[in-house]
Amino acid sequence: MAKSNNEIKAKQRWTLGDIVVHIVLTILSIIWVLPIAWIVMISFRGEKGQYVSTLIPKSFTMANYSKLFTDTGILNFVQMFKNTLIIAIFSCIISTVFVLAVSYCMSRMRFRVRKPFMNVALILGMFPGFMAMIAVYYILKVLGLSEGSLIRVALVLVYSGGAGLGFYIAKGFFDTIPKSIEEAAYLDGATRWQSFTRIIIPLSRPIIVYTVLNSFLAPWIDFVFAKVICRANKDYYTVSIGLWNMLEKEYVYNWFNSFAAGAVLISVPIIILFMVMQKCYKDSMSGGVKG
Amino acid sequence: MAQAITNNKSKIKKIRRSDYPYTVAKAAANGDIATRISFLILGFGSIVRKQFVKGFSFLVLEAVFIWFMVKHGASLLVDLFHLGGQEQQKVWNDAKGVFEYTQGDNSLLMLLYGVATLFIIFAFVCVWVVSVENSYKAYCLWNAGKHVPTFKDDIKSLFDNNLHMLLLPLPVLGIVVFTILPLVFMIFMAFTNYSKLDSHTVIFNWVGLKNFAKILNFGDAIGSTFWSVLGWTLVWAVAATFSNYFLGMILAMVINRKGTRAKGMWRGIFMLSAAVPQFVSLLLMRTIFSQNGIINTLLINHGIIDNAIPFWSNATLARVMVIVINIWIGIPFTIMQVTGILQSIPEEIYEAARVDGANPIKIFFKITLPYMLFVTAPYLITTFAGNINNFNVIFLLSNGAPTPVGKTAGKTDLLVTWLYKLTVDNQYYNLGAVIGIMTFIVLAVVSLITYHNTSSYKDEEGFQ
Repeated sequence: MAKSNNEIKAKQRWTLGDIVVHIVLTILSIIWVLPIAWIVMISFRGEKGQYVSTLIPKSFTMANYSKLFTDTGILNFVQMFKNTLIIAIFSCIISTVFVLAVSYCMSRMRFRVRKPFMNVALILGMFPGFMAMIAVYYILKVLGLSEGSLIRVALVLVYSGGAGLGFYIAKGFFDTIPKSIEEAAYLDGATRWQSFTRIIIPLSRPIIVYTVLNSFLAPWIDFVFAKVICRANKDYYTVSIGLWNMLEKEYVYNWFNSFAAGAVLISVPIIILFMVMQKCYKDSMSGGVKG
Repeated sequence: MAQAITNNKSKIKKIRRSDYPYTVAKAAANGDIATRISFLILGFGSIVRKQFVKGFSFLVLEAVFIWFMVKHGASLLVDLFHLGGQEQQKVWNDAKGVFEYTQGDNSLLMLLYGVATLFIIFAFVCVWVVSVENSYKAYCLWNAGKHVPTFKDDIKSLFDNNLHMLLLPLPVLGIVVFTILPLVFMIFMAFTNYSKLDSHTVIFNWVGLKNFAKILNFGDAIGSTFWSVLGWTLVWAVAATFSNYFLGMILAMVINRKGTRAKGMWRGIFMLSAAVPQFVSLLLMRTIFSQNGIINTLLINHGIIDNAIPFWSNATLARVMVIVINIWIGIPFTIMQVTGILQSIPEEIYEAARVDGANPIKIFFKITLPYMLFVTAPYLITTFAGNINNFNVIFLLSNGAPTPVGKTAGKTDLLVTWLYKLTVDNQYYNLGAVIGIMTFIVLAVVSLITYHNTSSYKDEEGFQ
């Protein structure tokens, strides 16, 4: 009641400061939204070519989208989409299992190499992945994974192999689950394994969703690793390499609008996932069991 | 039951290194003859105490390791030492009447196999330690007349008190093979002449600290580039971090203030641009500001300017552009990070300040800012480190342009993008590795200091 009273009062008063703030916010919003609105418009643009002379296209068409799925001769978007999806699914499964396993051990188990492991993980995590890219490529080559369809396996391994290092957020979450819940279970004769699978995991929905989404998104967003590992093997390109190639000099005239269409196509699911993730991220920051 | 409880309580107790009763040193000091034999014959002590499966597994591992070292390991280590020198040669084959190519040495593979051998040796040392400790533990239990765990007990404990031994091996293997091994490999590379210079791309050799001297030397072409790139990297990291932090915080406060309507809508609008995959929005920005991009075209068409603005070809302008666009990219993330913290500042403090007659600016500098800096200091330093490593923004926006003729790095190149160009475009692998080490040292120091000062490290069990 008091709150609604305040709201009514607030609605009545529009101070000068309020007006200025709302004008500034509106201008800023336009700056932030305009580029995104523009790329959506380009994706429906009728005229070809990279050089746009008017902000709003002269004619609209769906051809840019259908071109992505039908014109597969030079840049096979469908194939790239399939590749990325397969890689994303597998690396997501492996990463999630790795992250949860390591996080649980770091949060709940006490063993001798725990602290050193955590310090090493922190240092390695700071190290930009692609710095050792060339070395990773040669390791994959020695393992025989750098040719043919094994490139997909190589990419899955690259995205998920070191996933165990990214345990910090999940560990922080596990740390907030009260130990007393587990202790009660131990008194009833539960094993560690049971406490992990039946207590911790069911209580960790937000952080699991967060981990799953994050690792699922990585292959869609990564560009550098995919490029170095695929090299000229067009059949195994991922979506991000495809989009990059569409802006290369030889393709840009025909593909610029389709680049916009492709960008919209992969952005929409990612935006939805991001919104879901945002909620889970907030929950995961505020801890597992409340009250 | 009582035993079960104490047993379970031990799960909760902390283990400190000095508390641990079964170490190699203690085994050497207090172990019996069987324990000492197991220093040489792995698993011997376990076998004597009837832990046959465990004992023989250690023994088999030892046998495999010795076989590997004799058959391959020793020669691989020798290769690592000299890295080969035998070039590919043409040899006349009389029988077939053709020239044949003999297999030349490949220094890169020798280096990789050598490093892998070092890792295998290290892994074996770990196995050795574990096996000695196991033998000693079995001896201690047997000596005290207690039950020595059988194989079945060991398997059971893998699901209970030793769960980490079940869960960790695979993730750790992944980390070792795909993160640590490549890292060590790269570090070794920094001490070689593996480079297109003097065509050392197949056969190269150890050169000691020469590469480091070259990079740190002002007089050298590469060295002078290094110092200018390092300078710009630091300027960029400071500018990018603090511009995002302060502008984002001010914007979040403006949205948060009492009089602002439709708070959720404003936040949603900024979030939208954060949700677009970064490489899409960066490529988009590059296109918008290119020489014939929409901005230049519109400005020329409306007669505001006569010639296109050289967004990416003028060094100063390009530097300003990457920072400005980074603000566009980064502010939504800052808003997300700081909104919750801003809301957690107790309202009473503000009330008290207002009663005492403080104006909004004073309140910001005396209350909000100190509080925010206190809470977000670790976040700020991680962001700073992240910006030093911000490959995507530079690579996708300007790709380092403008690049002076004959230079390997452009005016907007960071250490990381320069590293990429050195290795991928120029094939100066050794110099790239040196740059990597330099960046890594800075970041490792920053991150360790930060992390040790955060409350989540000092007080990690605070909530449990």
